[in-house]
Amino acid sequence: MAGPLLTVTGLGKRFGGFVALDGIDLAVAAGERVGLIGPNGSGKSTLVNCICGALVNDSGTVHFDGKPVDGLLTHERTRRGMARSFQLPRPFATLMVAENLRVPLLYTVNARPGSALSPAQLDARCGELLQLVSLADKAAKLPSDLTQVEMRKLELARALAAEPKLLIADEAMAGLSQSEVDDIVALLIRLNERGVTIVLIEHIMRAVMNFSQRLVVLVSGRKIADGAPETVMRDPEVERAYLGQ
Amino acid sequence: MSTRTFLLIAIAVAAAVFLAARLVNNDYVFFAGYTVLQFIVLATAWNILGGYTGYVNFGSAAFFALGAYVTVFFYKFHPLPIPVLMMIAGLTAGLVGLGMGYLTLRLRGTFFAIATLALAVVLQTLVVNWDYVGGSRGAYIVRPSDVPVIGPYIHYLFLLMLALVVIALGAARSIERSQLGYGFAAIRDDELAAEASGVPTLRLKLVATTLSGALMGMAGAPFPYYIGYLQPSSAFGLEYAVNAIAMPMIGGTASWVGPLIGAILLGSLQQVATVTISSAVNVLIVGLLLIGFVIIAPNGIVGLVERWRRGRDR
Repeated sequence: MAGPLLTVTGLGKRFGGFVALDGIDLAVAAGERVGLIGPNGSGKSTLVNCICGALVNDSGTVHFDGKPVDGLLTHERTRRGMARSFQLPRPFATLMVAENLRVPLLYTVNARPGSALSPAQLDARCGELLQLVSLADKAAKLPSDLTQVEMRKLELARALAAEPKLLIADEAMAGLSQSEVDDIVALLIRLNERGVTIVLIEHIMRAVMNFSQRLVVLVSGRKIADGAPETVMRDPEVERAYLGQ
Repeated sequence: MSTRTFLLIAIAVAAAVFLAARLVNNDYVFFAGYTVLQFIVLATAWNILGGYTGYVNFGSAAFFALGAYVTVFFYKFHPLPIPVLMMIAGLTAGLVGLGMGYLTLRLRGTFFAIATLALAVVLQTLVVNWDYVGGSRGAYIVRPSDVPVIGPYIHYLFLLMLALVVIALGAARSIERSQLGYGFAAIRDDELAAEASGVPTLRLKLVATTLSGALMGMAGAPFPYYIGYLQPSSAFGLEYAVNAIAMPMIGGTASWVGPLIGAILLGSLQQVATVTISSAVNVLIVGLLLIGFVIIAPNGIVGLVERWRRGRDR
């Protein structure tokens, strides 16, 4: 098999005098399910933003699918197959739920050479995606009519509409009840079985442990552990930093 | 309805409007009607940027005046037929729109609005100090009294503006239903999420500023022939900037119908007020209506109708 799908090398980011990320190295293989954890302010979201191009990293490089993506804008990275969901859902509020999915379909799938969809195919694809996240009956609603968990599902569906090779889910479950969390974890695992590589950023340990094949821990902008979840959780440094003593 | 059907209907309606005005056979109808049509174009053009992508442009008057001064320039340099002038004006104003977009689109919200206002001030200062186009003294444009076939010159100007209305509405409506329209809406709702969904936000915003500016410039090109004497203070008048914002807001910014309704309503009301009270009361009317609508119906008349229809369905 070829090299990893995503390779981050020596990534650094500062905000003024504050070092948010300090020489992060990370490799994610195609088809993997990786959990990314760390206390608040440890740099998880900053790392996601640097990988996706929403922030420009000060040092280091990001390779995706064998090619460097440094200097590419977010929408160019999305077109190459990198999708993300936001920590707080950011739906297109004036568009109906189905139309929310139409935007990425039009601008990523249709923009890739040789994959233009006909209007009928577009509708069908929106329907399939809504089915996948069980929002089919809400297609003609506005996002403001959705509940929290539905909003999170829409957020995931919109990321998936871009047909990503890599999905980065930034706290897709914060604030949800236990059964809702299980719901989303099951959905993510289903997606992974279809061949989508997933990086999950999450605070809810039960979800992370159920989901991840590998766990990466960030503390104060540095990676302190990377390995099998059980091993990582027993690591004394992780325990000290993450769970307190 | 396909775009072609829409255009055919729009042309038929425009022809009917023109024939009706001819039947009345009073030049005042044409003078008043021209102003209303001009505002339909300005409101529709403003809405392409302001309504669809959510970037509020306070500099509409600058683009309008730019078009008007293109005409003044060529009137002195080498007179050209008005349709050609409209095209040149559209090109010029479109380019200025593109340039303005490049300089300012990294700004959001209020900052963008202030930058567009600044553009208007800069352009007005340039024109005031440019003697060739009349400077602050203004410039006279001698309007021929007749045009072959059509007759009185104002009929000709009216017809041109009517054609531009059809073009502007056709453009606005087809944008709404296109990939471009979805991209614009995504930008309006959440720019970061739009980028993450693959929308090239900067490029799309530049398309919007260019299109919007070009249409405003085209609306300004016949103006010197209409007014006969053009001075900077009238070309850069407050009423253009204010009306271009107020009309879509009152009509509804989400679709092409809103600016059309708003412009017809407000434009006619102002014409009536000009004749019955005074032209000075116009801006007051707009201001009061705008305040009223922002409070009572923030989504304009179209929004009110939609809410009523949805309420009835329940």
